[in-house]
Amino acid sequence: MVTETSMTDSSAYVAFDGVQKSYDGKTLVVKDLNLKIEKGEFVTMLGPSGSGKTTCLMMLAGFETATHGQILLDGVSINNIPPHKRGIGMVFQNYALFPHMTVGENLSFPLEVRGMDKSTRQDKVQRALDMVRMGEFGSRRPAQLSGGQQQRIAVARALVFDAELVLMDEPLGALDKQLREEMQYEIKRIHENLGVTVVYVTHDQSEALTMSDRIAVFDDGRIQQLAGPSELYEKPETSFVAQFIGENNKFTGRVEELVGDVAHVSVGDTTIKALAVNCGGKGDLSQLSIRPERVTIGELGDNVVDAKVCELIYLGDHIRCRLDVLGNDEFVVKVPNASNQKVPEVGGETSISWSTQDCRALDHAEVAA
Amino acid sequence: MTTELEDGPILTADDKPLSVALRKALFRQKMRALMLIAPLLLFVLITFVWPIIGMLFRSVDNSVVPETLPKTVAAMESWSPTGPTDTPPEAVYAAFAADMQVAADERTHTVVGGRLNYETPGIASKFRQLGREVKGWDLENDGPFKEKLIAEDEAWGELFIWETIKTYSGGYTTGYYASSVDRRLTSEGVVARDADEAIYLRLFWRTILMSLIITCMCALLGYPIAWMLSNTLDRYANLLLILVLLPFWTSLLVRTSAWKVLLQEQGVINSTLESIGIIDSPLPLMYNQFGTIVAMTHILLPFMILPMYSVMKTIPPSYLRAAKSLGANDITAFRRVYFPQSVPGIGAGAILTFILSIGYYITPEIVGGSTGIFISNRIAYNISSTLNWGLAAALGGMLLIMVMVLYWIYDRVVGIDNVKLG
Repeated sequence: MVTETSMTDSSAYVAFDGVQKSYDGKTLVVKDLNLKIEKGEFVTMLGPSGSGKTTCLMMLAGFETATHGQILLDGVSINNIPPHKRGIGMVFQNYALFPHMTVGENLSFPLEVRGMDKSTRQDKVQRALDMVRMGEFGSRRPAQLSGGQQQRIAVARALVFDAELVLMDEPLGALDKQLREEMQYEIKRIHENLGVTVVYVTHDQSEALTMSDRIAVFDDGRIQQLAGPSELYEKPETSFVAQFIGENNKFTGRVEELVGDVAHVSVGDTTIKALAVNCGGKGDLSQLSIRPERVTIGELGDNVVDAKVCELIYLGDHIRCRLDVLGNDEFVVKVPNASNQKVPEVGGETSISWSTQDCRALDHAEVAA
Repeated sequence: MTTELEDGPILTADDKPLSVALRKALFRQKMRALMLIAPLLLFVLITFVWPIIGMLFRSVDNSVVPETLPKTVAAMESWSPTGPTDTPPEAVYAAFAADMQVAADERTHTVVGGRLNYETPGIASKFRQLGREVKGWDLENDGPFKEKLIAEDEAWGELFIWETIKTYSGGYTTGYYASSVDRRLTSEGVVARDADEAIYLRLFWRTILMSLIITCMCALLGYPIAWMLSNTLDRYANLLLILVLLPFWTSLLVRTSAWKVLLQEQGVINSTLESIGIIDSPLPLMYNQFGTIVAMTHILLPFMILPMYSVMKTIPPSYLRAAKSLGANDITAFRRVYFPQSVPGIGAGAILTFILSIGYYITPEIVGGSTGIFISNRIAYNISSTLNWGLAAALGGMLLIMVMVLYWIYDRVVGIDNVKLG
């Protein structure tokens, strides 16, 4: 769990400072949120539904008010500024393009309410349309566009009035897989070209990993970890993050002793050496987390355990082995499809191993996988 | 197997054209669908379409005159008055006497008299009197009938009866329609009725105007409620919806009578206002246009709210949020984004309310007095009191035409595609 304490730092462009939110006065949807976002950053709020990520975005946009704490934009508290005066661009889940206006009118709308004259408006609208490669579509109605095209228009509309901060609330949720990937790169490209700050909400981890500079993993109203994609994947700090991002093998055991940064954890009768990350002290329960691709068949690493092969799935570039290891029959190993690789047989016994550095001893929490 | 000829229709395996085979295959399906709706179709045809056609026919039907007075009508063909004293020749009088004798025997002379009396008041009594006398006349020897008739009643020597008969001698007439717009058919063409007889145009105008006012009131009062209905939590919305629908479960007559209790001179409102000293004498709240507008607005409000609600329900709240995030304040966001999308609901509600109110009868009858009544009240009066069904039918026909014209205008202005009931 990460709580950044030095919130007096004024260099942050967007800052949540001790923000709490409750809808019913009984439960907190957002619990003590502290988050700093630098200018030009692409930060994703990632989490399962109900984790409070969308509520955070809505508070930033001004559609929800924080029950406690402050939200700062460019060093200024925006708690009491109504949404239309915040100048924050927003892309909604279902695009929210106004159906009674043409694409051009949709884009022109934020400029009109800002009192810009007609020729300026036309210039900006055309530039924004060109930016999303939709220059020819100004006179169409949103209903005449495909999902991906509507998506582009929604992005263009959020940017057309030169917003420096753009919020995106699961903008790709309604698109099919291929289009979603295409749009991910498109949004990333626009972000890099314009240098705007983007706060992006999604529950799709691959989307988050592809696009973000930093990812805030939300669960239970808190940020579980805030880090870049690779760090998040390779160095999860909590069992929730390890479980939520990517594939993960886990054991639950008790910490026997701590030697430097290595924890000796007993799982059943076996003692496993793991990197002590977030495992508490001696005698505490801990969850061990190992990525499937860091486990090798054979006796090569620091930890060697026996395994029984339950299932093999041929996936071309690799073979996915489901093993029964120390009573966990969901243990997955990815065996590369290399010429010299020994592939075990279903029902056979084998040994597997991994390095201590790749096995992380984390907090023990009952996470619904 | 299908075989395709070089330049002919595609044939089925047994050499019948494919289109014929398809039609045959679909025919049974269509007939079965038709059978399902047949009871409703018959019911509507018998109880709704047929009476309407019957009434529209009645509005132009004048067969009673040529059927009862065939000889007179024939004899009159060559006569047309050239001056105010140019009564018809003896031949017409003789034919008329003959017709009247037959009619008196069959007791139809009062019917034709009654018919002509709608056009020229006073004729009915002349026909009734003459009917009594004419039975004893000898058609061969009692002539000349011109003098004989004038001797009976001087009115037969005046032009107006004969002119009326001549004008209404055809089997069909536009006379009822002329009457429905305060005009009268004469031998010189269509002329305006006297000011004291001219009531229908004013009544039509009042009906339209008051219906418009009622529709506007319903829209103004209903819009916020529809908005609230579509933007509150479901359980509150359901409760609100029940409150909106509650009037539907109460008899129309009861609701109107309740308004009577509230609005009358010694009613709840007047006595309350008097007792707290705001007014000295009771306000005229009913038996006028005010009463009709208030009561009808209340009664028709659900018809406005429901279509608006069903349309607003489909407008996602994210549109308003999007508008605000783009920099529009609450008013601009509403005006530019929400309102235009709710227009189809207003359109549907308005057209429903307006068409319902333009033909409304019970409420204006009870609270309308003489200045607050609608054209439908006059139609009912003609049906039940003066028994002038032809005129009633013509007034109804005019109302139908008016609604269609207004609908057409509405379609041109708003566009009927912009009307959504949900």
